[in-house]
Amino acid sequence: MPIVEFDAVRKNFGDFAAVDGVSLKIYPREFFALLGPSGCGKTTLLRMLAGFETPTSGRILLDGQDISTVPPNRRPVNMMFQSYALFPHLNVRDNIAFGLKRSNRSKSEVEDRTAEMLNLVQMNDFASRKPHQLSGGQRQRVALARSLAKNPKLLLLDEPLGALDAKLREQTQFELVNIQEKLGTTFIIVTHDQEEAMTVATRIGLMNRGSLMQVATPSEIYENPNSRFVADFIGDVNMIEGTAGKVTKRDGEAYAEVKTMSAATLKARCGVPVSSGEKCWLAIRPEKIAVSRTRPRSAANLVSGCVDDIAYVGNLSTYHVKLADGSLIKAQTANRERIARREITWEDEVWLSWSPDAAIMLSD
Amino acid sequence: MAAGLRRYLLIVVPYAWLLVFFLAPFFIVLKISLSDLAVAMPPYTPTFDPSAGWEGFKAFISQLDFESYIFLATDSLYVNAFFSSLQIAVLSTFLALLVAFPMAYGMARAPDWLRPLLVMGVILPFWTSFLIRVYAWVGILRSEGLLNQFLIWTGIISEPLQIMNTPVAVYIGIVYSYLPFMVLPIYATLEKMDESLLEAAIDLGCSRVKAFWLVTLPLAMPGIIAGCFLVFIPAMGEFVIPELLGGSRTLMMGKTLWNEFFSNRDWPVASAVAIVLLLTLVVPIVIFQRQAERQQEAGR
Repeated sequence: MPIVEFDAVRKNFGDFAAVDGVSLKIYPREFFALLGPSGCGKTTLLRMLAGFETPTSGRILLDGQDISTVPPNRRPVNMMFQSYALFPHLNVRDNIAFGLKRSNRSKSEVEDRTAEMLNLVQMNDFASRKPHQLSGGQRQRVALARSLAKNPKLLLLDEPLGALDAKLREQTQFELVNIQEKLGTTFIIVTHDQEEAMTVATRIGLMNRGSLMQVATPSEIYENPNSRFVADFIGDVNMIEGTAGKVTKRDGEAYAEVKTMSAATLKARCGVPVSSGEKCWLAIRPEKIAVSRTRPRSAANLVSGCVDDIAYVGNLSTYHVKLADGSLIKAQTANRERIARREITWEDEVWLSWSPDAAIMLSD
Repeated sequence: MAAGLRRYLLIVVPYAWLLVFFLAPFFIVLKISLSDLAVAMPPYTPTFDPSAGWEGFKAFISQLDFESYIFLATDSLYVNAFFSSLQIAVLSTFLALLVAFPMAYGMARAPDWLRPLLVMGVILPFWTSFLIRVYAWVGILRSEGLLNQFLIWTGIISEPLQIMNTPVAVYIGIVYSYLPFMVLPIYATLEKMDESLLEAAIDLGCSRVKAFWLVTLPLAMPGIIAGCFLVFIPAMGEFVIPELLGGSRTLMMGKTLWNEFFSNRDWPVASAVAIVLLLTLVVPIVIFQRQAERQQEAGR
């Protein structure tokens, strides 16, 4: 049974539909990420769950009960705010105890639970400090402890790591996952950072313009995007326009031939059902394309071009290869060799090849 | 070296200003308060004569005494005036807070484009002379004034209310005049407040009222304290408002001071009143400065 269920939820701000008919089920112990560009409605969805916004239409069920009309202070749901919203006039301990003191708990229970939370986020030594005396990472941990203190059924995290620098963020992502696994609380995180969503979440809901585009596990959403938007938003991708040709089935998967604008014929797995003659797009991840100076003996998909640019980022190099028709294709290789021994350089004629499974065909 | 000298000059100028225009007059007033009344010009004795030398100076010092202060403490008029001033200042500060807080709260919650206009609205009265604004209240409050005409027209009352020349008029005058000094510091603290703090409080189980008490009010406290001092300090020594609106029955320090000085020509007693008033205000001013310092530290 899902712990949270959105049932055709809409939210309008004036004429603008911030959330446009979202239906979604989230299950207990999940770490669910709502991902999308800014303004896609993910924060509005989260705020409706917390109770700060009421749906224009549709229902939100928590444990099977409609909570659309329950005020935020009566919901067994807590939120960790993007700005952390720590009370500046209270020290760390009182911030964490704030919610506990508002519930029917005895003084000793409040103290025990606060100590437990301080322990969980390793802030024991800072319990008497005020928020302005803490670093960004410490504030983040206090905010997490405060939102977890009441042992909510559901923890909502609104861009919880947005204010941290890259290195700390990476480390904190794993801490978050550890804490979630330890407590078993259902976490719903809102983020615009796809890497963060991929790292922490067990499932991702990708949103755009108020609608859910795809809900799937991180690997599923990366390998099998169901639309151009999803393929484009998650990671780097080459998009090749073409027309669908013959469709064949093998091992339960459909494969199609695609005639590209430059009249090459490429083979790809069908991400969505297509019929021949239809306009379609091929999505290929750069790291799935092999680059070589000599023509590979056998390859299902083969194109040639000349190296236009090389983006070297240390561990990886991305080759921007210009095809005969002028389009650019990115191919990425891991730099296992020292750079001096690299065999491909600017203006080289190269061959790009990939397997039919590497590419996915999407409709327009 | 030149830079050091310039920096030195920069500090010297304001201190010289304070020395000449604050500290020197203060000591002159202090000296007069310790002198005795005399029918002379100036109307007190002793007067300091530098040509008399060291012996003259010693004789001068020996003639100073606390007679005026003892007079103040024993004459019930001055004791009453002091406590009446204190009562009026405290109560009108409290009333100003009651009026100002909702105003400041509303301003801080107003849409972004409207806020500068509202702040402007609060500051606008300063464009007219203080004296004229207080005098305008005479026209509003007197028996045939606008307020009474309006209330009689609406039928709420049949007889005009006697507001002029009562303490009520003084309270109205002080609250009206010093309201901006209360509104602006409270507005400044509320405007800075992150709205998500209230959401966090509600999310953690507070009702809206509880969230106000536990979050909004403590965070607005520096502004409230600043506003209270900015109203209390001038209200304590207020002279114009009780003189114009309060009539003869309202007793305040500022008025007794004026009477002593101009009607009785008793400069020593008038000076003693001034010194007592100053000392009364030094305490809240020091507390106010401490508070401001602490707030600055917290803000860093």
